[in-house]
Amino acid sequence: MAILQTRGLDKWFGGLHVTDNVDFSMQPGEVHCLIGPNGAGKSTFFRLVLGEHLPNGGAILYDGADITRAKSYQRIRRGISVKFQVPGIFKALKVRQNLQIALQDHLSGHSLNEEIDRLLEFLKLKDAAGQLAGSLSHGQKQWLEIGMAIALKPKLLLLDEPTAGMTPDETHATGEMVQALNADGVSVLAVEHDMAFVRQIAQRVTVLHFGRVFAQGTIDEIVADERVAAIYLGETGHA
Amino acid sequence: MPSHSSLGSALRLLEGPQTLGKGPAFWSGFVVVLALACIYPLFADGYDVGNNVYFFNWAFMALGLSLIWGYGGALSFGQTAFFGVAGYAYGVLTINFGDAYGFTFVSLVLATLIAALFAAVLGYFLFFGRISGVFLGIVTLSVTLVLERFMSQTAGPEWHIGSARLNGFNGMGNMPSLTIPWPGGDVVLYPDVPLYYLTLALLVLVYLALRMVVNSRFGNVLVAIRENPQRAEMLGYDIRRYQLGGFVVGSALAGLSGVLYTAWGNYITPSSMGMTQAALPIVWVAVGGRSDLTTTLLGTLLVLAGFQALTIYGSQYALVAMGFLLVVTVPAAPSGIIIGIGSLFSRGLKRRKAREAR
Repeated sequence: MAILQTRGLDKWFGGLHVTDNVDFSMQPGEVHCLIGPNGAGKSTFFRLVLGEHLPNGGAILYDGADITRAKSYQRIRRGISVKFQVPGIFKALKVRQNLQIALQDHLSGHSLNEEIDRLLEFLKLKDAAGQLAGSLSHGQKQWLEIGMAIALKPKLLLLDEPTAGMTPDETHATGEMVQALNADGVSVLAVEHDMAFVRQIAQRVTVLHFGRVFAQGTIDEIVADERVAAIYLGETGHA
Repeated sequence: MPSHSSLGSALRLLEGPQTLGKGPAFWSGFVVVLALACIYPLFADGYDVGNNVYFFNWAFMALGLSLIWGYGGALSFGQTAFFGVAGYAYGVLTINFGDAYGFTFVSLVLATLIAALFAAVLGYFLFFGRISGVFLGIVTLSVTLVLERFMSQTAGPEWHIGSARLNGFNGMGNMPSLTIPWPGGDVVLYPDVPLYYLTLALLVLVYLALRMVVNSRFGNVLVAIRENPQRAEMLGYDIRRYQLGGFVVGSALAGLSGVLYTAWGNYITPSSMGMTQAALPIVWVAVGGRSDLTTTLLGTLLVLAGFQALTIYGSQYALVAMGFLLVVTVPAAPSGIIIGIGSLFSRGLKRRKAREAR
């Protein structure tokens, strides 16, 4: 059974058809990247999956259950988690407290503190635990948010341009984090522009164009597809 | 024993990431201030003691606004609506049912609950309707102004609830003070020493209880919503419920202020829900330092005392001074004057240490 599936998903903004009859499917344990030129509808698709927008038509199935009309927090409680493009952290709170808020519904007391320490280690933020989250470097903020997202022990992790604004080293380290999570069984769906990063992590790739699924396949198939190169990869020159 | 450990963990919440002040130094200071407050009536005359009760009365509303706005990030401009509703409710209840058998205290609780219920209904539409930011301020302000207008036109004899006349613009009066039933004659808490101690005790209780609330898991989520509502929701929290919870508790405290004020002065008027009165709590809380309970409490009492001194000497100019204070504080010390002065002081100390080191 697919971990995430959409059937005939449609979304209109006024006269603009931003998500056009999208049939999408990814298997459990898969790292799947969503790419496409600007305005292709990647972010809208993301928000539809998260429940921040409700679709005009079609269905969203998560782990076999219909979540098309579910509230965002209900989707999160079912095992979806998200990291946004702009780091969504609690800036005026300390790093440790950011993680505590993510974890406090699942753990308490000693095991809560142990899990926070484990995450700080994994995120390379051990020395910054007592700092205000707003004072972290951009890359560290991104990692902290990844930490908050994975603290929920999700089955499906959504990443919206997780490496935006990162240095090449930070990007690579982020790729390793994603691979480590995937090795633990977490399915990952990422919107990403950086093709080097996509190559590093993706097992399958979906290309969106004008709100429609334009192509799907492995990274090598996508790179080899001349139609894709024409609309996207050729334009950016990253491939 | 489990009861011990749960009491212990509750008491541990008195200190935490959401409250300034911890350790023996802070709590010693707290005890000293409380002790001074306790012996104050022995040295002050009745008028000053009654005056302090008046200041304390408002502090509950300020602490409630600190919870809603400073911690929860939702600026309610209409806390006076709950103040007024509870004040009138206390009047209606006690005028109809009298003050015997401790009914004034039952009325206090009931009137506060009525304000809380009103806040729950209003808050449901606000937060579940996803109204936030400046619109929340506009709607809550409108509510308090509508209530003021409504109560102002209830002068005719047809406007009464039981034997309680609403009296329009002149307001409702002659409700009994808080009364403790006592064998051989009830103790009436007129605005002097006994009422002072009662209000002080309530204030300390509410302050300590709120410290526990803001440092609890609930408080963690509340500040998370203030910092980033989208992230808080994407951690699986139904943020509307938390916002509503904070709003109801904070508004119940505004209601408690209303009851205490009404019982203190035996009087409540529609203007207590008017524009000027609605703006003042914002000034106290913003000037004191809204994102901490202690700075809110100290700031509110300071500003109130200053405001009253100004009113005595400068009448209407006092309001202008309040507005000026807000306009100056917000850019100069965004986290309030208490923290502003504190950081100025600690910077001075650091500089002196640095000079001595050289």
